Formats: sequence, C-alpha cells, structure tokens
Amino acid sequence: MDFLFIAQQTLSATIGVNTIIFALAAIGLNMHFGYTGLLNFGQAGFLAIGAYSVAVPVISFGIPLWIAFLIGIFNSVIFALLLGVPTLKLRADYLAIVTIAAAEIVRQIARSATFNEWLGGSDGITGKFGKDFFALNPFKSGLDTPILRFNANDLWVVITGWSLVAAITFVMWIMVNSPWGRVMRAIREDEDAVRSLGKNVYLYKMQSLIIGGVIGSMGGFVYALSRQSVQPDNYGTALTFFAYTVLILGGAARVFSPVVGAMIFWFLIVFIEQVLRQGVTNNVIPHWLIGVNQVSQIRFMLMGLGLMALMIFRPQGIFGDKKELALDAKA
Amino acid sequence: MEIALNLASVTSKNNSSLIGSLKSYCRHFLFLKASSIAILILLSFSSAISLGSSASAAEEAATPTKLYGTISGKDGAPLPNIGVAVIGPEGFAKDVATDAEGKWEVEILTKGTFNLTINQDDLPDGQALTDPTKSTVRANVFMLGVDLRLLFPIGPGVAKASTLERSAQLAVDGLILGLIIGLAALGLSLIFGTTGLTNFAHGEILTFGGLLLYYLSAIIKLPVLVAAPIAVLLGAFISGFLQDRYLWKPLRKRGTGLIAMLVVSIGLAIFLRYFFLFLFGGDTRQLPQYAGQAGLEIGLVNITPKSILTTVIGIIFIILATFWLLRTRMGKASRAVSDNPALASASGIDVQKVIKAVWILGAGLATYAGVIVTVNQGVSFLMGQDMLLLIFAAVTLGGLGTANGALVGSLIIGLFVQLSTLFIPTELKYVGALIVLIIILVVRPQGILGKKERIG
Repeated sequence: MDFLFIAQQTLSATIGVNTIIFALAAIGLNMHFGYTGLLNFGQAGFLAIGAYSVAVPVISFGIPLWIAFLIGIFNSVIFALLLGVPTLKLRADYLAIVTIAAAEIVRQIARSATFNEWLGGSDGITGKFGKDFFALNPFKSGLDTPILRFNANDLWVVITGWSLVAAITFVMWIMVNSPWGRVMRAIREDEDAVRSLGKNVYLYKMQSLIIGGVIGSMGGFVYALSRQSVQPDNYGTALTFFAYTVLILGGAARVFSPVVGAMIFWFLIVFIEQVLRQGVTNNVIPHWLIGVNQVSQIRFMLMGLGLMALMIFRPQGIFGDKKELALDAKA
Repeated sequence: MEIALNLASVTSKNNSSLIGSLKSYCRHFLFLKASSIAILILLSFSSAISLGSSASAAEEAATPTKLYGTISGKDGAPLPNIGVAVIGPEGFAKDVATDAEGKWEVEILTKGTFNLTINQDDLPDGQALTDPTKSTVRANVFMLGVDLRLLFPIGPGVAKASTLERSAQLAVDGLILGLIIGLAALGLSLIFGTTGLTNFAHGEILTFGGLLLYYLSAIIKLPVLVAAPIAVLLGAFISGFLQDRYLWKPLRKRGTGLIAMLVVSIGLAIFLRYFFLFLFGGDTRQLPQYAGQAGLEIGLVNITPKSILTTVIGIIFIILATFWLLRTRMGKASRAVSDNPALASASGIDVQKVIKAVWILGAGLATYAGVIVTVNQGVSFLMGQDMLLLIFAAVTLGGLGTANGALVGSLIIGLFVQLSTLFIPTELKYVGALIVLIIILVVRPQGILGKKERIG
C-alpha cells in the first residue's frame, strides 16, 4: 500500500475544491438552520441555480462571466423569494418538504430534453465558460509536493475559493454577532416571543433564506468553474443531505463549524476511499468481499451510518454547544 | 448521490464516470422512459480505449461490434417479436427481432452511420413510440469494439390512441400510481401522526420489499404468487417491527428530538440506498416470471392481468387498513395517540404498543407498494428514492398526519402525474405534481383534509 499517495490525496482533498463547495453550501445552511431554525432541504437547488447561472449565460448567450456571477446572485434571490413567500409562514416540516420539492423541480427542469437547447439536458453543459476566470490565473504550473498536489487551474480555484470562504465567514461573524443576528437566534428559539416584541418574523426569515441561498449559490459558482461543466444530477437531494452532514459534523450555529466540518468530511471520505481502494487493488481486502467498483458504495454506507451515529450520540457536532442549539426547536 | 461520485473522482476518474453513466442510465430509464429523443449510451468505455489504442486497421476490421437494446413497453414490460431493420454503409442491411425478454442485437463489422428503424406495426395495441415520426434512430460507429446501446422510447401510443383513449388509459395508470403512493403514504402518515417522525427512509422500505421479492422469485425460484406474501410478511417484520424495536424505540426513550430523528432517518436512507446498490448493482431488473405478459383490452384501456391483480389486492389492503383504523380497538387507539399522546397514555392506552402496531402495518403496506412496482416495472435500488418525494407530496397535500388525507392526496398526485402528460412533456410530469403541491400549500397550508391547528 502506498501510504504517501494516500496521505497526499487525502490532504489535497481536505483543503481542495470540494471542501470549498461544501463549506459554502453549509455556511448557507448554517444561516438557515443553525441561526434561524429554517429546515431548508433545497440547498442543492441554490447550488444548481448558481452553477447554471454562470454556465448558461456565457455559453448560450455570450454574456461575460463577471455579469453571469451577478445574474447568478440575482437568480438565487428570486429562487429564495419563490420558496419563502409560500412556506415561511408554515411549520418547519412543511418548509422542508416544499424546499426539497423545489430543488427537485430545478434539477428535473435542468435535465429535461424540453430545455435541452439552453440547459443541455441530462448531459448538462460542458465548455470553456470559465476562461475569463482562468485567464487571471498567475500560476503557470501546478503544485506538486509529497503532501499536496494541485494542477494549475485547481490551485487558482483553491486560492480564490478559500479567499471567498474567508470573506464570507468574516461577514457571517459580523452579522450573527450584530443585533440582527440576535433577532435571528431569538426566532430560532421562540418565534412567538419575537413576534410579541414587535419584530416582523416573516421578514427576518426571508432575509435569512435569501442570504443563505446566495452563499449556497456561490458554492454552485465554484462547483461549475472548477470543473468547467455543470451536470444536473450532481445537484440532487444527496447534495443537500451531505451539506447537512457537513454542518452537523462541525456543529450548527458556530461560524467556523461549516468550514471545519467540510474539511473533516472530505478528509474522511477521501481517506476511506483511498485506503479501501489500495486495499482492494493490493489484495489486502479479498475481491469477493468488495469489488473495485464497490469502494465508493462502502464509503457512502459508512457516511450514512456516521450521520446517524453523530445525530444520536453527539447532535451538537464536534464544536457545537449543546446549550446554543437544542436540535429540537420545532416540527 | 451522483454528486459525491463525481466529487470524489479526484483520483478515480475512470471508475466513477463508469458508475456515473450507469446511474444516469438508471435515471434515464426511470424518468425519460418515454422521452421523445432516442438515447444513446456508450457502455464498456474502458475496453474501447484499450482497443482503440492498440488495434491496427486490419485487426479493427475483424472486431465485431454489437448494436443492441431492449424494447420495453410503457409499463416497463419487455416486448417480444418487434422487428428492427438495420441499414448501414456498404450496403449493410439486416432485420432482427426482439426475443422473449425484449432484447435485440445486431453484429456489425464496419464503421459508419447506421440507421435502425423499429417496425411500428409489430407493436402491440396500446403501445406506440412516444413520437411516431422518430421510428429511426441513428447510430454513429466511430470505433469498432465499442458496443452501442440504443433505445426506442415507447409510451402511451400517441398515434394509435385518440385523446379520449389516451385520457382513459392515463387515468387508469394514474389511479394505479395513486394506489402505490397511497399504500406507502398511509404508513408514513400514521408513523408521523403517532411518533412525529418525518421518515426520509420510508422509500427504502419499498425498495427492500422489491428486492425481497426479486431474490425470493429470481434466486430462490419461488413462484411470484408465493414469494409476494412472504416478501410482505418479511418486510413488515424487518422494516416494521425490527426497525422500530432496535432503532426508533431506543431513540424515543433517549428523548432524541424530532429534527434529530429526521436527520437520523436521512442517514439511514443514505446507508440503505448504498447498501442496496452494493448488493444489487445499479440496473433495473425484471422478475423472470410474468415478464412479458400481454395486456388485455378492457373498454378504452389496455392493462396487464398482473397489474389488475396487484391493484385489486392493493385496494383490499387499503380497505382493510382503513377498517383497522376506524373500527378496531387498536386503530382507534392509534388515532387517539396521534391526537394527543399524553392524554391517550393517561387514559390507559399502551402508546408503545400502538406505535409498534403502526410501524408493522405501515411497513407492510409500503412493502406491498414495492411489490406492485417490482411486479409491473422491475426493481432498482433507486425505486424507493424516486417514489419518496411523491409520497411526501401526497402526505402533505392531504394534510400531515391524517390517514384519509394521505389517501386522497395520493390519488390526486397519481392522477395528476399521469394526466398532466396530456399537456406537458412526459419527462416533466413529476415537476407538475410538485408545483401543484406548492400551490396547494399556499392556498390551503393545512392540506386538503388537515386541521387548521396543525399549521405552525
């Protein structure tokens, strides 16, 4: 078994592109679920809207990438309004079902043959829509050290992506420690009490949904740009569930927890995958037990069990504070 | 779940993309079965690459390549004896027909463009191409040694059926779909009512039922009529009794919160889904028995005997369950627990016993829903996941936690999904249903039969 290779792959993934995507998705969810108590199960929809919003305008309409980013933010605000207007007055579990349905609507419309001409059907969109972004890349060659390895494009995505995560985390920190953030947390704890103090709860929830959604759609930007392609089936309900896993792993209602959660999540995923894969190819694990193609399935099975165990034995996550978030407010 | 496969492809690109394409094929099968474009899927990619790089032109000419596919009807049942005419370069022409499992294949030895035309006259009544003008599918063979799979989408025969016939057929299909959703939704709703659990792993009970039936009938070789009752009993025992006894009951005792339990059910669903994929693989499989059963013409509609039988038994189950709820002591107790667990407990009702009964009943019904789907359309590991949103939609539509509401919601969703294809593309039929769900929630948040107090 090549342990150095395992270490290199694992460490690269821990600070890699996927970690950035999931950190952004989970920061958005942290705003929704951690601070406001909104059970948004449609975060994948926000990522899909972000991803398609950078790909479609550039490829199909020739709009510059920088304007496409603005379009993406605009679209995710609209999506949040569409979700929020009918559901934010309902109980938490209704919001969960409506948001999960809305995200599926986005995915199925994106993959349908009817809109093939613009959205690329089930194959999605592949093309050089990110070339304006990569033209700014100062790195001519990638990074290749024994412990970290990125190609030139990934290196540029990783550096800009982490800058974005840092900036958003900082803004989040300011927001949740402001009077506004305290109102949010109060809504999570007791909506009626906040209402009785004369606050417009509906409006605050809407703001939370929009802000978290826009942050999620930025995860979609990174997703699309890093791969230079958008595949509709990447934005299924599983993406939302894994974003929740990341958030809960770190501990909801903590500013840094989504970032740490995403790093741990991808560390575990890639580590388990690499160890199993090496074990299978080197005949350490017998073939009748696990085939090479079954490695990723084992990984997800472990992830499912992990999520269950986490929720049962340590619902506040690794860094969360039990007093801050009793995961049982409403529903 | 595709996401993670792609995300994790940092090192194992080839491998993941293979699984990915397999999965996307499954999805095509489920969602785009009747799409208006033929879908080409390249399989055995890796073998293609190795061949392409090493083989010389002379060797290449000798490499036989298969064009193949399966023709199945709108209900997923394979159609035998359907002619496919293949016309290729250099005067290549060959006629083949599908076998009993609906499979056809033709071997070719040259590169170039092949036109494959399905003989529409061979299609049985009630089955037709979704777009009769697209009976010819073009296959471009760039490289020999790469087998190409071609699909002819068969749907509710547009050309053969009048709008009236189509509507009648869709209404029947919709009622059957509604029944399947209803069987699953009843359990979900009862469990939600008595324990407050929003169970995201409920779809996996359907899949498990389908897999049980498949293993019992295809591997152990029991006749379906024997295997199905065993599958339902096993499903009720494992997915119902054991699941509640060893997972949810201890959690309730620990005082785990409702949202925490919801997340636990998501973890369970992820685990089970990949466990099924691990055991069963990613393809959709038909039961060996009754696979190519011919449909019967009854009035305006075409329906297979197995579909009639499974539906009738399903209706009987629903009636029995309703009777249980309304007339028996335990059923009444379950409604009392739904209404107010503390009060029910105080008036001498054994709440844990009621919850156990509800789990067994709900799991049994959901298992039977999986059996219906498996008998009529085959089983895949994604079956339950694909139904889950419709089940949730039905339960929400009817009013969360009300049993008869769940049934009404199921029928509406089933009918709407099928009938909406009269006006919108078939592949968007689920979108229509989900949009209706959202609209109804805006107008009537408590659902059709829900009580107002349930809104938060």
